[in-house]
Amino acid sequence: MYDFNYEKPASLAAAVATLTGDADAKALAGGMTYIPVLKMRLAKPSAIVDLSAAGLSGITVTASSVTIGAMTTHDTVAKNAQVRAAIPALAALAGGIGDEAVRHRGTIGGSLANNDPAACYPSAVLALGATIKTNKRSIAADDYFQGMFTTALEDGELIVSVEFPIPQKAAYEKFRNPASRYAIVGVFVAKFANGARVAVTGASQGGVFRHEGMEKALSANFSPDATAGVTTDTDNMNQDIHASAEYRAHLVGVVTKRAVAKA
Amino acid sequence: MPQVTLTVNGKQHTVTVEGRTLLVELLREKIGLTGTHVGCDTSQCGACVVHVNGVSAKSCTMLAMQADGANVTTIEGLAAADGTLHPMQEMFREHHALQCGFCTPGMVMSAIDLVNSHPQGLTEKEIREGLEGNLCRCTGYHNIVKAIAAAAPLMHAK
Amino acid sequence: MPFEGIGASVRRKEDVRFLSGRGNYTDDINRPGQLYAVMRRSDRPHAKILGIDTAAASAAPGVVAIFTGADMAKEEIGGLPCGWQIHNKDGSPMAEPPHPVLAVGKVRHVGDPVAVVIADTKQQARDAAELISIDYQDLPSVSSTPDALATGAPLVHDEVPGNLCYDWHIGDKAVVDGVFAKAAHVVKLDLVNNRLVPNAMEPRAAIGDFDTSSGDYTLYTTSQNPHVIRLLMGAFVLHIPENKLRVVAPDVGGGFGSKIYHYAEEAIVTWASAKVRRPVKWTADRSESFMSDAHGRDHVSTAEMAVDADGKFLGLRIHTLANMGAYLSTFAPCVPTYLYATLLAGVYTTPVIYCEVKAVFTHTVPVDAYRGAGRPEATFLLERLVDCIAHDTGIDRVELRRKNFIAADAFPYQTPVALEYDSGDYQTTLRVALENSDYAGFEARRAEAAKRGKLRGIGVSTYLEACGIAPSAVVGSLGARAGLYEVANIRVHPTGSVTVFTGTHSHGQGHETTLAQLVCDQLGVPLSQVDVVHGDTAKIPFGMGTYGSRSLAVGGSAMVKAMDKIIAKGKKIAAHLMEASVEDIEFANNTFTVAGTDKSKTLTDISLAAYVPHNYPIDVLEPGLDETAFYDPKNFTFPGGCHVAEVEIDPETGVTEVINFTAVDDVGRVVNPMIVEGQIQGGVAQGIGQALLEAAIYDKSGQLMSGSMMDYTMPRADNLPNFNVATENTMCTHNPLGSKGCGEVGAIGSPPAIMNAVIDALKQFGVRHIDMPATGPKLWSIIHAGQAKMAAE
Ligand SMILES: Cc1cc2nc3c(=O)[nH]c(=O)nc-3n(C[C@H](O)[C@H](O)[C@H](O)COP(=O)(O)OP(=O)(O)OC[C@H]3O[C@@H](n4cnc5c(N)ncnc54)[C@H](O)[C@@H]3O)c2cc1C
Ligand code: FES
Ligand code: FES
Repeated sequence: MYDFNYEKPASLAAAVATLTGDADAKALAGGMTYIPVLKMRLAKPSAIVDLSAAGLSGITVTASSVTIGAMTTHDTVAKNAQVRAAIPALAALAGGIGDEAVRHRGTIGGSLANNDPAACYPSAVLALGATIKTNKRSIAADDYFQGMFTTALEDGELIVSVEFPIPQKAAYEKFRNPASRYAIVGVFVAKFANGARVAVTGASQGGVFRHEGMEKALSANFSPDATAGVTTDTDNMNQDIHASAEYRAHLVGVVTKRAVAKA
Repeated sequence: MPQVTLTVNGKQHTVTVEGRTLLVELLREKIGLTGTHVGCDTSQCGACVVHVNGVSAKSCTMLAMQADGANVTTIEGLAAADGTLHPMQEMFREHHALQCGFCTPGMVMSAIDLVNSHPQGLTEKEIREGLEGNLCRCTGYHNIVKAIAAAAPLMHAK
Repeated sequence: MPFEGIGASVRRKEDVRFLSGRGNYTDDINRPGQLYAVMRRSDRPHAKILGIDTAAASAAPGVVAIFTGADMAKEEIGGLPCGWQIHNKDGSPMAEPPHPVLAVGKVRHVGDPVAVVIADTKQQARDAAELISIDYQDLPSVSSTPDALATGAPLVHDEVPGNLCYDWHIGDKAVVDGVFAKAAHVVKLDLVNNRLVPNAMEPRAAIGDFDTSSGDYTLYTTSQNPHVIRLLMGAFVLHIPENKLRVVAPDVGGGFGSKIYHYAEEAIVTWASAKVRRPVKWTADRSESFMSDAHGRDHVSTAEMAVDADGKFLGLRIHTLANMGAYLSTFAPCVPTYLYATLLAGVYTTPVIYCEVKAVFTHTVPVDAYRGAGRPEATFLLERLVDCIAHDTGIDRVELRRKNFIAADAFPYQTPVALEYDSGDYQTTLRVALENSDYAGFEARRAEAAKRGKLRGIGVSTYLEACGIAPSAVVGSLGARAGLYEVANIRVHPTGSVTVFTGTHSHGQGHETTLAQLVCDQLGVPLSQVDVVHGDTAKIPFGMGTYGSRSLAVGGSAMVKAMDKIIAKGKKIAAHLMEASVEDIEFANNTFTVAGTDKSKTLTDISLAAYVPHNYPIDVLEPGLDETAFYDPKNFTFPGGCHVAEVEIDPETGVTEVINFTAVDDVGRVVNPMIVEGQIQGGVAQGIGQALLEAAIYDKSGQLMSGSMMDYTMPRADNLPNFNVATENTMCTHNPLGSKGCGEVGAIGSPPAIMNAVIDALKQFGVRHIDMPATGPKLWSIIHAGQAKMAAE
């Protein structure tokens, strides 16, 4: 790790001020992604702005939505009774990220800001059509994800919370990378009154994406059988030592079917 | 250079560190508690697991500064003052759940957290899944799973 | 006194230390004034070093010194030695190119160390290491085993034509070819034994500590054999005589072979410590381990069995390519030869065998022994081949094995590949394993799984290995440059407690308990009064260390021999004290008695007399009760057994789940059943890892793709089942304990059992062989293609 100044501002405003005042300063949430990056010396920030005292954690559930503060940990989301009642799939997704020690520290805000192409949360945000609320604005999920490790966030812009509409049914299914345990293919399916939304993570070179073919099929008939015959183009699929493009494309079908069965 | 104040195994420490100092480095190199180990550099192995404010955390993936004001328990802090082992330590010994001992501190700390978060008890499958973040190269896990299953009722009885 | 001797599952003496965080591993040690070393390693597989500019790095904060290969060459520091010399078919010695401690002129694999930075803190050393600028001229590289021999392949060492380290063989080719010409069936199989990264959980570490007043060197290191390191590093690399060099291997967090070898970093910190006149510590990061710890396996073979019409094996013919990596690691050359080809008879009566092995250099991390070393390669090859014979001839795979087993009454049994087995009973281990796994009831389970949409398979492997290495004269004649005896010093203290100084080393095996139990057993001293000391050349007379499942069979036998001496001397003292003749003294249960009388003296009475020799035969006997024995084994030991694996494959994803794993092993006399079971469980887990999950993969450009735990799949708790482990033992006939060894059997017997089960599960698709690891995508492609073909028919 290169050395840096460590700061822990006591408010969102102070955090934003520090980050905007120093272009090389970087926000730190749970550190479950960023500290490994620092350890590998892949980043050289001047300062680390620890968001843990900025008042960004907490969960609010209404009849139509679940709002999760950026600094809320995966473990908190997984175990929160209200989230489990309102969108059980979201709690289950959070409970399946990494391991328990990672879940104790990793946050939803960090996960979404990072937008790892193999991360779990992006699929839930996209499939549920959530809204990312920042210190500046609200960003619709469909506008937020812009390719792997790329988002609509501007420099110095911080995620404050994420608001998820409550679907009729939803489920997340993950086919894990056997080594890292991130998603090789993760699919979040959600059924709303006006149709189904399906978001796929892990599979594509472009990061999380909505699967139009699956959405069409499931909007017509939200059942596992409806996914049969819906294919996934191999062209944009990721390829690495753990899975070929063909395998990933095939898994998208399998994992979607299983997610629907679980929903 | 920044200073961090934290409680480790019931004892308060104020230590000067660098911004980049990791919690595990603070524990091993500054406080001399070498029971917490480092087995990887990608946050995968769990040899470094300690409890921060009562729950498990990978001390290799935490800045020392992030632990400012925290209450940290390491493997050295588990046994009673008279040396009586914690039930999890005792069951690891009873069921031969360690060989080289290198993964053991992190494994025990994770196992205690796992049992604490499952007051209703644990199935074998839940134990195996609950150990996702801890690697052991020696035991094949069989006896670790046995030890945790045996420790759970003892811990809940207390 | 509770029963603590041979056969008792006493809880381990070392555990409280480890469980309370009071282990003492190398990285836990800090020497006063200590500096930190960080290696600057090559990020290229093959390049000429045109220049190294250390100016900026030297000026960085905290930097005390920077050394390169040129600095070491100036002081005539030797290269890292190889401990085993193989001879080619024509009798000429193998190619043995230099292995500089720090690269000189060229780098030959990603991870090859080029320079070392020594600074006040580790972070400063790392900061500075990045500032070293190395001018490389990239050269083409070769990483795959078969490609290394291709015409025009880039040369790893200019002086080694064709990258061929050696071309070795065993057996009479003409005789074997003759048998093949007349055989009813010839069954052929091409197979690969995957390259593995050992990944002991404790990364390697070393501290060099030069004492400026005495001129003595101490090296603390993560080693399985400190005396071997002292010998190799002192004599061949740094030219330090043994009396000036102490090597300490304290608690070591797993080895599995990877900590046998003498590594560059050990020599670097020891040498540098004298240069900077302060202790120097180096600890590997895991990513560094991936590119600097010796890897394991990496064979490409063709195997053929000649079989008669009844299924009797007539002859075996094998061609193997073995990857040595970029340099010869300490024991690398013997692994694919004497630890592999000599095992090719396995548990079968195959009368003639011919095996040729070509070892090649590639631009990859050196490859050496990894848990099992050579025997897993032989076993995987044989047990896959036997299943292929069953497949091709239609003979039942269990029947086929039974038919070809060496019979229990055929021992000692001379194989056609040099080894003479002393004992075993393969029918029994097979029978018990089939019972314990409910093999007979399998088809019902397969049908039940099919209803759930799962493909279930069962696989059997019946195997044998040679361990307890090894008779010195024998290995010497085969090219070993060391003896392989073991040493024990038994010190009975004045009050009757005992310290054992053993030349073996425990890095998880539990020697502090098992070896102490031998003392309980033979001398009748309670476990609490026996301590075992290992891992320090300043305390232990000598020793060859722990690997090849040798500690009990060889090191334990040395203890028995030393304790025999203790008892013999004790009898003389007892005879004097009780005024009897030595011939009349008997020893049992900690007590010397005069036969036929009620006169007796405890061991404590005797030891007290030995150290306080007031009433003592001082004219004929020296005081003290402290004996040392060197034990050179008469033969290898031959554990064996049967493993049965049951798996389920999800046809939609290709992912395999191990449902049941049954092992019935013959490990000879068991001292501590609990520890033996643990050793077998751990070995099986590594074997399952090799079969289903693990692979060190180099891409065409020579980069290690699976170079971290994010990409190299380590077995986790949820990848493995509970293991059904049992032993059915026959005694080793040539050592005093009857023990054979249990450290490697798990990793040797299990991979083919798993693969045979996987292939059995896929038999409807006409699959005959699959190489390891059987990953999801690999099996899915097979299933997918098979289903498409079946649909087309
Ligand atoms: C062993 C292991 C396994 C894992 N497995 C999974 C898995 O299976 N699935 C999965 O999805 N993830 C996985 N993760 C990643 C984990 O979910 C991380 O917690 C998450 O990706 C990042 O969250 P964090 O809070 O730790 O963020 P940090 O690491 O602190 O930050 C990540 C990035 O986000 C920025 N950032 C943080 N908070 C904000 C904010 N509020 N506004 C703007 N920018 C911000 C930071 O500057 C940084 O660039 C794993 C991690 C580990 C170590
Ligand atoms: S050292 Fe922390 S997870 Fe490996
Ligand atoms: S006991 Fe050695 S790694 Fe677990």
